[in-house]
Amino acid sequence: MTTSGEEIKGYVHSIETMGTLDGPGTRCIVFMQGCPLRCNYCHNPDTWQMRTNDLYSANELFSKVARYKSYFGKKGGVTVSGGEPLAQAEFVNEFFAICRQEKIHTVLDTAGFELNDSVMKVLENTDLVLLDIKHTDPAKYHLLTGGNLTIVLDFLDYITSKNIDFWVRQVIVPGNNDTETDILALSKLLQGRPSLKRIELLAFHQMAMDKWHKLGLDYHLKEIAPPDENIMASLREVLVKQGLPTKIM
Amino acid sequence: MFKKAWRTFKDGSWQNQIDVRDFISKNYTPYHGSNDFLTNTTPRTVALMDKLDSLLKIEAEKGVLDIDTEHASSVLAYKPGYLDKSNEIIFGLQTDAPLKRGVSPFGGIRMAEVACQAYGYQLSDRLKDIFHNYRTTHNDGVFRVYTDQMRQVRASGLITGLPDAYGRGRIIGDYRRVALYGIARIIEDKKKDQYHLGCQEMSQDNIRLLEEVYQQINFLERLADMAASYGFDITRPAENAIEATQWTYFAYLGAIKEQNGAAMSFGRVSTFLDIYIERDFAEGTLTEPQAQEIIDQLVIKLRMARQLRTPEYNELFAGDPTWVTEAVGGMGEDGRTLVTKNSFRILNTLFNLGQAPEPNLTVLWSKNLPEEFKRFCAKVSIETDSIQYENDDLMRPMFGDDYGIACCVSAMKIGKQMQYFGARANLPKVLLTALNGGRNEFTGEFVAPEMPPISDDILDFDVVIKRLYDYMDWLCELYVNTMNVIHYMHDKYSYEKLQMGLHDTDVKRFMAFGIAGLSVLADSLSAIKYATVRPVRDKSGLIIDFEIEGDFPKFGNDDDRVDLIANKIVEDFYTGLKKYPTYRDAEHTLSLLTITSNVVYGKKTGSTPDGRKSGEPFAPGANPMHNRDTSGALASLNSVAKLPYEACLDGISCTFSVTPQILGSSISEQVDNLVNILDGYFDHKGHHINVNVLNRERLLDAMENPEKYPNLTIRVSGYAVNFHRLNKSQQMEVLARTFHNTI
Repeated sequence: MTTSGEEIKGYVHSIETMGTLDGPGTRCIVFMQGCPLRCNYCHNPDTWQMRTNDLYSANELFSKVARYKSYFGKKGGVTVSGGEPLAQAEFVNEFFAICRQEKIHTVLDTAGFELNDSVMKVLENTDLVLLDIKHTDPAKYHLLTGGNLTIVLDFLDYITSKNIDFWVRQVIVPGNNDTETDILALSKLLQGRPSLKRIELLAFHQMAMDKWHKLGLDYHLKEIAPPDENIMASLREVLVKQGLPTKIM
Repeated sequence: MFKKAWRTFKDGSWQNQIDVRDFISKNYTPYHGSNDFLTNTTPRTVALMDKLDSLLKIEAEKGVLDIDTEHASSVLAYKPGYLDKSNEIIFGLQTDAPLKRGVSPFGGIRMAEVACQAYGYQLSDRLKDIFHNYRTTHNDGVFRVYTDQMRQVRASGLITGLPDAYGRGRIIGDYRRVALYGIARIIEDKKKDQYHLGCQEMSQDNIRLLEEVYQQINFLERLADMAASYGFDITRPAENAIEATQWTYFAYLGAIKEQNGAAMSFGRVSTFLDIYIERDFAEGTLTEPQAQEIIDQLVIKLRMARQLRTPEYNELFAGDPTWVTEAVGGMGEDGRTLVTKNSFRILNTLFNLGQAPEPNLTVLWSKNLPEEFKRFCAKVSIETDSIQYENDDLMRPMFGDDYGIACCVSAMKIGKQMQYFGARANLPKVLLTALNGGRNEFTGEFVAPEMPPISDDILDFDVVIKRLYDYMDWLCELYVNTMNVIHYMHDKYSYEKLQMGLHDTDVKRFMAFGIAGLSVLADSLSAIKYATVRPVRDKSGLIIDFEIEGDFPKFGNDDDRVDLIANKIVEDFYTGLKKYPTYRDAEHTLSLLTITSNVVYGKKTGSTPDGRKSGEPFAPGANPMHNRDTSGALASLNSVAKLPYEACLDGISCTFSVTPQILGSSISEQVDNLVNILDGYFDHKGHHINVNVLNRERLLDAMENPEKYPNLTIRVSGYAVNFHRLNKSQQMEVLARTFHNTI
């Protein structure tokens, strides 16, 4: 994405100026374009392609989100989501560096699918990571996303070792990861990580179906009903019982 | 008399002259603590509220509970009435029975007759005879003078909602004066004014004012008689909290008996009353539950305020509103907060008595308000949807620290300033008339001066702007002149005798103009500038629709390309109005406020160049058109906050809707985030915001009436979506799922 001597530009899909769910407090959410994964339940398949939509320099993007600074209060700030923001790690790093200078809280919403020097730099400027661990079983992970779970586990160990605050999120898809066994495996993976602050289990929904159709993509989950609220509650209960010292949502 | 009533109060200039602000400033106790001290209401107040609820049910079925068709409503027209005398501690009803409506023919006899007929009643022959044959009404006066052009501009809907057939309202008497000084002292001061006016040249202005002061005194005397009929002597000042509340309420009650004003605010009373409550606490004569009971019972009475209006009027404003607006909180000019424990108590009535639109509780927000109070307000919003917020940091420099809010957004110094209300001009319709060279877009008839119609195949921005401004200037002159006629006649035939008796004699007047459909006009002009807009004409050449090709910036996305168009329209329209002199040298002001009339304005307006189809509603107030603010709620708020308050001193209304889920996943997070949003919006110099934290029923309503719920964002298991971007079946799905844990 960079050519020597030129300013780094980022492909931004869209900006949601009021987010209260992707990180603490009132936040501005930047959705980056492009993702190397192809999760079959993806909520934003329109962000998959790398180079479409608006090009921003880090400064341009900052001046856009800075317009909302007075809404952030004590806990809020900026969340970079996607797509996969780490697919444009150098740009995100530059953007986060400016946010840091201006004392704006930074959240990285990622699938943790990359761990190289650029990503490590981003993490130095990140106040909180929202790590989406889509599955704890390598084969199922591959089937679901087309990606390799090992990288995600390396990423998880890295942020744990650097003591970077993080929340873990997982979308519960019936028939995929909605059993007690699945959740116990997740719990086991997350034991002994002091910087883990919260776990969120999110119920799969069918809201994205239209987007898939509009993009002419094959959607395989048409028949899957969203998980019952009782099942969600019992899965959360499984996590609570494992004694993880963190907030379970 | 004063020695007893004013015992232990700190001295000040308020003792020598009528100055409630000085009294408050010298004697109130700011409160920075939490809501922990609040109490539930008492059993007898619960019983009283139950009684009222049962009457409200019948009223809802019938439209009105009952009408007194024999009397013309005024301060002394009815015998005392009670809701349930044994459980009441604050007394006084508008007529002799609860929720029974009086008839007020002084604004217009036909309106009164039609309103009676609509509910199956007949106005008495006596009243018909008097008001048809002997007494001139405000409405009669106006139509004696209206020119053909004034009638036309009104009939065509270019200016709508003018108070030419009903009471203008938007005047706030300083009802607190009755409690602090007693009627006798107020009359004494008025008589001094009378004497001084009598020493001046008997010009037309002076004669009119002298007669007005005579009427003020006359009605202050009647107010004392009204209170006496309930067994109270309000010629003397109040001596404790319950008297202060009763005296203040009597003054307000007299005002709503005497006038059927469109919106008659209560003022800024809660902190004033807190001084009496604190004194009673110190003297050991009152407890916290008793203090809350007094406020609960006052609010029950305020919720019973009724006016008889036509069903059309109620349709325009979605229900049966009276706008008993009470301003709560704010900061003093000396930097101390004006929040007291009683600010909490009056908000607490929404929990004790259940949520309700009246009284219209309006929090004056400042970044410096005590954090605990901010959080309590946010909690009340989330749980009741019943309060609105206005920017005290923006208004205080203009109106000082003892202003109230008339109707929804109009600030005025209490007892020192009043306004001549003037509804609003439909500017998108003006644009269509301009493009058609003065012809109405539905009928093809001329409703404005004739000019050659715009004949271009593709609309050119500069051509359109120039043409729009020609017609805006024509309209400004007509609008000011029409208002001058209306308010001359209202002063003459339906003067607010009691309310003005509770103002300084030398009062400052505003003349409040308005704009409806600003976001439609801004988007239309943006479309003409940035996209390709082709007018569609019928056989006679009349433009009846538009074809739009390409995208364009839309108001509500924090995009200066269009936001600055909106600003310029507002500033230029205001400048245009100021060119024309007003009745009694009132200061021109402007508002961006429609309440719910945006739906009716939309019905009366053809297709516009922004893609809005004929008959579709406008956005309310200063809101962006729904579905067009695609950058999230804060971008939408920033666009509205950008509108220039200096040109819109009468207020800029914004409606904001959000579900509790989207505000955060716990009540504590929701409260934090709502406080952040309010702090941020007002830091951007936003003026007013209605906060809707919606439940399921409201989402159902939102499906049917999307324009009522702009920015509606909902949580869908961890994600945020704009409700209106979902299709119908998805919305149904959200309704089925999102709420099952919360309702």
